[in-house]
Amino acid sequence: MITQYSNSHIPGERPPLMQRIVITGIGVTAPNGNDLQAYRASLLDGRSGVAPYEIRYFGKTLAGVCDFDARKYQSRKDIRRGTRAGSVGVYAASEAVADSGLVWEKINPARVGIYVGVTEHGNVETENEIYEIKRYNYDTAFWSHHHNPRTVANNPAGEIALNMGIIGPHYTIGAACAAGNAGLIQGAQMLMLGECDVALAGGVSESIHTFGIFASFKSQGALAEHDEPARASRPFDLQRNGIVVAEGGGIFVLERYEDAAARGAKIYGEIVGYAMNTDATDFVLPNPDRQAQCVQLALRHARLNPEDIDIVSTHATGTTTGDAQECQALRQIFGNSAKTYFNNTKSFIGHSMGAAGALELAGNLPAFTDGVCHATINVDELDPDCALPGLVTNQPRELGDVRYILNNSFGMLGINSVVIIKKTSGQV
Amino acid sequence: MTNDDIREVVLDILADIAPDEDLSQLQDDVAFRDQLELDSMDFLDIVMELRKRYRVQIPEEDYPQLASMASTTSYLEPLMRDLEKVES
Repeated sequence: MITQYSNSHIPGERPPLMQRIVITGIGVTAPNGNDLQAYRASLLDGRSGVAPYEIRYFGKTLAGVCDFDARKYQSRKDIRRGTRAGSVGVYAASEAVADSGLVWEKINPARVGIYVGVTEHGNVETENEIYEIKRYNYDTAFWSHHHNPRTVANNPAGEIALNMGIIGPHYTIGAACAAGNAGLIQGAQMLMLGECDVALAGGVSESIHTFGIFASFKSQGALAEHDEPARASRPFDLQRNGIVVAEGGGIFVLERYEDAAARGAKIYGEIVGYAMNTDATDFVLPNPDRQAQCVQLALRHARLNPEDIDIVSTHATGTTTGDAQECQALRQIFGNSAKTYFNNTKSFIGHSMGAAGALELAGNLPAFTDGVCHATINVDELDPDCALPGLVTNQPRELGDVRYILNNSFGMLGINSVVIIKKTSGQV
Repeated sequence: MTNDDIREVVLDILADIAPDEDLSQLQDDVAFRDQLELDSMDFLDIVMELRKRYRVQIPEEDYPQLASMASTTSYLEPLMRDLEKVES
């Protein structure tokens, strides 16, 4: 029986984008690169960013650790006062603006918006304070007055605003591990609505600094272990055994196409479609049907067919169930597309949580110019359940002309997001 | 602790909370705010660090006493003279 809904919009029948939104600047810090060129080189050269790591209470583990120079854009005092997520955000946003060629002094700061995706925020700072007051027999008189400004949910976006003097809207988008895409989508929407003229959008993660995230994944049986750190993050491999937690940030400068073209900006790509939907089936387990629907929604939004997509940047995190389910979803959509290739960036850097969607997209965008699909590394024995025909394993693959990239990003509580980027004229 | 010891304690705290500042030229009789970039959260840091390091409790109504190095050390002297300096 087909339910007749009173709100009669049929999924996929959304109107096309009202305006053309383009990416004109990229700032990243990833565990294997602190700018797009270095990051891309690592992805093409098979260089992992996963390293041995130790954190209080939990002990020795593995993580994707960033080594960007926070002092490049922040004073020592601001670093001390703020959060790691704030520093990641300030670094990535500042790099993105520098990359964009915008003459910052000429930009009206009231017309800049900041939209930063986060998986979580405040765990690191709360754990730190509890650890600190433990030394004082849990006397809350020793609890820092910095706790609230550090843990308000808008903190990472607010630190960017403070640092860069931006007085337009700023906030974070809490969207679990779909947050990087969600930040990008929010930025695009705000440009379309005319709420800003420049959007700094993407996602950040400071998650490796909270022991809780490691302990929770461990308790869930979903934390990766391997004797060789660089081989621990292995989506689609039969021996995969969980997630490598990573920190990082990816911030894009977004502008309306007309504005970017008028100033002769280099254009990394155009956001031609996106979608977000919800499983509503489980706290943790994904739902491949809903994921497939989300991909389909994004394709229809972009008025594209599956075979138009050259590269799918998969979300797979290295868990037994999740990877196979995403492949199940992708088969539903791309089963008949011989020209679509799939890769996975987490195999290099681990799961950078709120930054994942943004970083994984950023790592793929240079394919528009170099024509190469970077690989999924650490696939020694491909899981038959993950054997997508176009899966690029272990070595990058020359594709030639890459015109469309589709970026998957999914998260707990059944949040799904997909973004599609098109190569444009004026491409860098 | 002597007055000089207390001054050193406050200098140590300032070095932590204002790490970008050059404290070598600090003038004791001039307000901190007139020579350093300190805001109200920084003054709360001074209060918190004295509490953590020496268990000195400074009531809010006495915060104005922390305006300069001279006023701070003279305010802290009766509270800290019987304490041993902790090496930071």
